[in-house]
Amino acid sequence: MSKYIAKRILMMIPTLIGSAIFVFFLLRLIPGDVCELRLAGTGLYADPEEIALCQKNLGLDQPLFVQFLDFLWGYVVFDLGDSMWTGFPVVHEISIRFELSLQVAIMATAVAIMIAIPLGIISAVKQDTWIDYVVRAFSIAGIAMPSFWLGILIILGMLIITQAMWGEPWMPPIDYVPIWEDPIRNLSQLIWPAVATGYRYSAVATRMTRSALLEVLREDYVRTARAKGLIEKVIINRHALKNALLPVVTIIAIEFAFLMGGLVVTEQVFNLNGLGKLFVESVGAQDFNMTQQLVMLVVLIFIVTNLFIDILYAWLDPRIRYS
Amino acid sequence: MKNITAKLAISAIVGAGVALCGAFAEAAPKRGGTLNYVVGSKIPSYDGHKETTFGMIHPIRPFYSTLIRVNPDNPADPSDFVCDVCEGSVPKGEEGGTKFTFKIRRDVKFHDGSQMTAHDVKATMDKIIFPPKGIPSARKAFFKAVKSVNVDNDYQLTIKLSFPTGSFIPALALPFNFIYAKKDLDAHGYTWHTKNINGTGPFKFVQHQKGSFVEGVRNPTYHHKGRPYLDGIKAISAPKLAVRVNAIRGDRAAIEFRGFPPKHRDDLVKALGNKITVQESDWNCVLMATPNHKRKPFDDVRVRKALTLAIDRWGGSKYLSRIAIVKTVGGIVYPQHSFAATEEELLKLAGYSKDINASRAQAKKLLQEAGATGTSIDFSNRGVDQPYKVVGTWAIDQWKKVGFKVKQRVQPSPQFYATLRKKKDFDVSIDFNCQSVINPIADITKFLTTAGNNYSQGGDAKADAIYDKLLRSADPKEQRALIRQYEKRVLDDASVAFITLWWYKINPHRSYVKGWKIAPSHYLNQHLDNVWLDK
Amino acid sequence: MATGNKIEVESDFEVLSEKKPWHQVFVELVRKQPLGAAGGAIVVLMILMAIFAELLTVFDPELNSLEHMLMPPDEVFWLGTDQFGRDLLTRIIYGARTALLVGFSCAIVGATLGLVLGVASAYFGGMFDLIVQRIVDVVMAFPLIILALAVVATLGPGTQNVIIAITIPFIPQCARVVRSNALAIREIPYVDAARALGFSNMRIILRHMVPNVMAPYLIMLTSFLGQAILLEASLSYLGMGVQEPTPAWGLMLQGGAEEFAESAPWVAIWPGVAISLAVFGFNLFGDSVRDTLDPKLRSR
Repeated sequence: MSKYIAKRILMMIPTLIGSAIFVFFLLRLIPGDVCELRLAGTGLYADPEEIALCQKNLGLDQPLFVQFLDFLWGYVVFDLGDSMWTGFPVVHEISIRFELSLQVAIMATAVAIMIAIPLGIISAVKQDTWIDYVVRAFSIAGIAMPSFWLGILIILGMLIITQAMWGEPWMPPIDYVPIWEDPIRNLSQLIWPAVATGYRYSAVATRMTRSALLEVLREDYVRTARAKGLIEKVIINRHALKNALLPVVTIIAIEFAFLMGGLVVTEQVFNLNGLGKLFVESVGAQDFNMTQQLVMLVVLIFIVTNLFIDILYAWLDPRIRYS
Repeated sequence: MKNITAKLAISAIVGAGVALCGAFAEAAPKRGGTLNYVVGSKIPSYDGHKETTFGMIHPIRPFYSTLIRVNPDNPADPSDFVCDVCEGSVPKGEEGGTKFTFKIRRDVKFHDGSQMTAHDVKATMDKIIFPPKGIPSARKAFFKAVKSVNVDNDYQLTIKLSFPTGSFIPALALPFNFIYAKKDLDAHGYTWHTKNINGTGPFKFVQHQKGSFVEGVRNPTYHHKGRPYLDGIKAISAPKLAVRVNAIRGDRAAIEFRGFPPKHRDDLVKALGNKITVQESDWNCVLMATPNHKRKPFDDVRVRKALTLAIDRWGGSKYLSRIAIVKTVGGIVYPQHSFAATEEELLKLAGYSKDINASRAQAKKLLQEAGATGTSIDFSNRGVDQPYKVVGTWAIDQWKKVGFKVKQRVQPSPQFYATLRKKKDFDVSIDFNCQSVINPIADITKFLTTAGNNYSQGGDAKADAIYDKLLRSADPKEQRALIRQYEKRVLDDASVAFITLWWYKINPHRSYVKGWKIAPSHYLNQHLDNVWLDK
Repeated sequence: MATGNKIEVESDFEVLSEKKPWHQVFVELVRKQPLGAAGGAIVVLMILMAIFAELLTVFDPELNSLEHMLMPPDEVFWLGTDQFGRDLLTRIIYGARTALLVGFSCAIVGATLGLVLGVASAYFGGMFDLIVQRIVDVVMAFPLIILALAVVATLGPGTQNVIIAITIPFIPQCARVVRSNALAIREIPYVDAARALGFSNMRIILRHMVPNVMAPYLIMLTSFLGQAILLEASLSYLGMGVQEPTPAWGLMLQGGAEEFAESAPWVAIWPGVAISLAVFGFNLFGDSVRDTLDPKLRSR
């Protein structure tokens, strides 16, 4: 088992290096740089000397290869560098947003699970009845709607409804306060994106729950249980569900990994100060350092999540360990 | 004799009565409360000398003072400057306008408690005007005329110019000229202020939650006694326009200082009635169309002139002001400044005639003469709706009406700038000239052949010569006449680049915000020391 | 006479092989897979809209007429006009063209390249497989939107580059799924036999492996269709997608949606409905395709 884990960890390394190379050179291909944007971006007169100076200070005038080695060296000495736009350490900038993104990801996943598991079970058990159709239509609608459109409608709806009912329009807070400081204000801001996102992700999980359960319900041991005369409910809860849950857990874990940093558009709509917003801003500002580190973070989260899933599968199914 | 005296007495009494009524009509400012406002752009760093974006000015300006500033009670007047840390009124130049002596106030303290003196002002000015090698100063070029900055004594400063120029005082009033402490610069170096704040402004820095908000609290030792009225300020980051508008609607923020498009103003007024107050003003920002002189057939002045003749500015202003943040038809100078062309003077320029059919006929004729009828235009535009895409779309329609074929290339900002400034691979590009303090003599340098922000790759030697004279002129009447000549050369005779319409600033805000008066630029009057909440 | 047990025919393909008249087959398909049929109907409607856009509309989708801006739906402009005075219905119908162009291009190219990569990776195995799988890992680790953003920022916006940007993340997704199915087939005895007989690699791949991974390939393809349309909408919302004045649903949401959502809600609602409906249709259809092709999911 430990050999399996060690092998998987070793395989992470080339992926990480590959990602670093990929993102580094991809970003450098984008025309323009942070200095131009910063100094001449508003149309106010900008001295070309100033721009050159700024580039020198940020090391942008070095040959590409040198910049790349610098980037890699940063990991060796645990110095992730400063944001090219603000000058503050990247770690500092990311950690604030990380908190918010993590909370939204957890809340959205919770919403998704609360919707998906019951609906998926019902849909599988009542396959091809109108209940099944309604549930499937409901969950596909969740995937079909653009999340930002849903977000816009939610905020607008809140403004209009609250004004109609109480005379003063209400909208969620637009600045973040951690949950331990002011739980009500925190939740009143984050519940809406959590629900909008959660509904979307529940759709994927519902379908997976349904198909995984269907598959299991056809297995021989379930037929045996039925033949033995066990009640359907018991069969499902005690035998089928446990085995069906594995692929569902997989899907939920993968979706969770995507939620960290993938909520780019939702964060724009709800004005959340999360990793997705930071991403769009750093790409827009040509802040190479920040974008690189963010991408590496997201990649790392994804790879680590995959690692856990692989280990989970290997632990449950010995055949995989020895392949 | 008696009658006259009586008349005088009566008018004096009536006058006093009116003045008193006026004083009562203006309610007395209330102290207290926190002003929440939304800012659409990010903060790159805290150093005012280095940055150029309003994303820094809006949250950080309240923590600092400058030597002189635009009058916060009358910011619409482009030549009304008052002292901030200096005493009395802004000095008129001595010795033929080359020597300015400033008396410094004695009651100014930095937020860390230390006293501010003329030495701090000199250190600040030196950093801005004569920065040491390797230290950026974004507006160094505005102070080319300055010869030296000298401290006469602890509370008196003298600035000497090598030649008199009308652009010096406005440059000094730039809101970016934050006064730093000499001891901070000496002890921590010239980059300390990018990440640290120690100023003399009406508010003290409390915290900056990166990407979320900046918080400030009242400075109890502020030198303008009785101010600020607010207990604190909070600048909340909101990159999307819809979020900013909704924030004011839902009272998560009371005001936004850059401006909203007309439709949003109408939405807010419809939704909130008199809970919303709208302030509007012309904006010291102009949208231009810049032809590339190095690309055929735009190297021919006739083809370029046809571009400007095709545009119906007066008619366009009517439509566009309903959906975009543009309005006023003007020349190269900010329309409300005394140096700006009057309507009579504008009508004399190509492209400003009210008879658009005659203009367009003339354009078609010119194109025919130049053998360029039906030319195709590769038009580069910026991927921002207001007002770039809206005005760009309109301009394309106008050009099509004289036979041009136009292909629009819309790109996000970084790529757009790369095209405009570096690659220069466009036929015509949208361009703009945005300044903060209205400084006509400095602001119109964009049309000079050697100007760094002249992206047309062309120019006019005659216009350059006129500008040289203008720069050294000390007589406002002469300055105005020279500006008119310069304008005619660059917009008409030589057709270097064109003005489409001047931007228009629309600031709807919650009615309980009082004291803030709209300025012709979103960089100005952001000190917030005279703002109060009527709650 | 005892007829014995009739073997129930459940497979739709077996139904077809019985040579029933096609309209009866069609009705049976609709009855067995009502959701899929509904999805299919929506897809067909979209395709028709895209092909016959010129015939179905009277207005020019790109011409501005500022006098008619933001007009509510009436007899002339059935869905109202946008902020440049352009008829919304016209732009939505033409938008179907862009959506389907983006959707089909990305889905077909992405799935097919993924198929090639996945099958090759499974068949040749060894070092080739190892390297390809690591590259796939890298590309898959990036959230879709981030990859698309980066590609568009590099290449510039515009329909062509958007297609490239969206196709790239699809390739490894499909490759991975196809590979795991192909791996199972590789071990089947007749493939070994074929190799022993000296058949070329190409022949084995094309005749044995590819047909057997058709099911996951088609499933991924239909899934990509919907995803591509949504991604295009997201990219346009961020300003990095298709640019003005091309009619595209995502672009229509970016310009009109939030700006005028309150005073002119039709600008915000209709493009969103169009996107949702299209993706909904593709997903329903794709679901039924998967249910039909995957024997374990068919009902008894």
